[in-house]
Amino acid sequence: MTEATLDKQAPRLRPKYLNVFELGARLPLPGFLSILHRVSGAGLFLLLPFLLCLLDLSLTSPAAFDDFKDVVANPLCKLLLLGLLWAYLHHFCAGIRFLLLDVHVGVDLPKARRSTVVVFVVSLALTLIIGVKLW
Amino acid sequence: MVKPIVVGAHYGLKDWIVQRATAIYMALFSLVFAFCLLGLPEFSFSAWTELFSAACVRFFGFLFVLSLCYHAWIGVRDIWMDYVKPVGVRLALHLITFFLLAGYAGWAIRILWRL
Repeated sequence: MTEATLDKQAPRLRPKYLNVFELGARLPLPGFLSILHRVSGAGLFLLLPFLLCLLDLSLTSPAAFDDFKDVVANPLCKLLLLGLLWAYLHHFCAGIRFLLLDVHVGVDLPKARRSTVVVFVVSLALTLIIGVKLW
Repeated sequence: MVKPIVVGAHYGLKDWIVQRATAIYMALFSLVFAFCLLGLPEFSFSAWTELFSAACVRFFGFLFVLSLCYHAWIGVRDIWMDYVKPVGVRLALHLITFFLLAGYAGWAIRILWRL
């Protein structure tokens, strides 16, 4: 019964899968923002144990807190944390844009392109401001 | 326009909603927490631990940890589903991701609640 009704509806329209690796350089800016949203999320996930380590260290004892400060003062560590800060802020801003698109705010192309630029500018500016303030 | 054919399986609507609900919660928490940090008189061990031992930080921080892990689970699972085709490898990656995140949640909660 169900099989018969399924057959009648063929050919079915399915969501189209686009391989981002093949799309490459032709990716428009909103697509670039989207893939960076994914990359930043993956980066945050991969370095979550590192961040938990730091939080653990900072809240253990006064001596461990000093160790934490030493670790964070390391230039390589600073660079990594700056990268993570950008990842967090980009994921944050791009996420808000996606939430707005979900409720149909700014869906048409010119607005969607403009909001993409806003996301890049705001996340990079905040990274710069917070980064400079912290170090 | 894609016409979904309902055959009784679930289509990920729950995950879709949870991903967004946790995102909104984490965004709000981040903003409030950032303001708390700005209000910190100095960045010292005592001030830092005092902030984290406040009951409300612990309560909402616990929810943040749960939200983060659930949100990351959906996001990372989607990455595996998009790029990893062999079923065995995909299943293994799903399981590794799940156990890692469960472990991280336990670790974070221990950090928050031993103070």
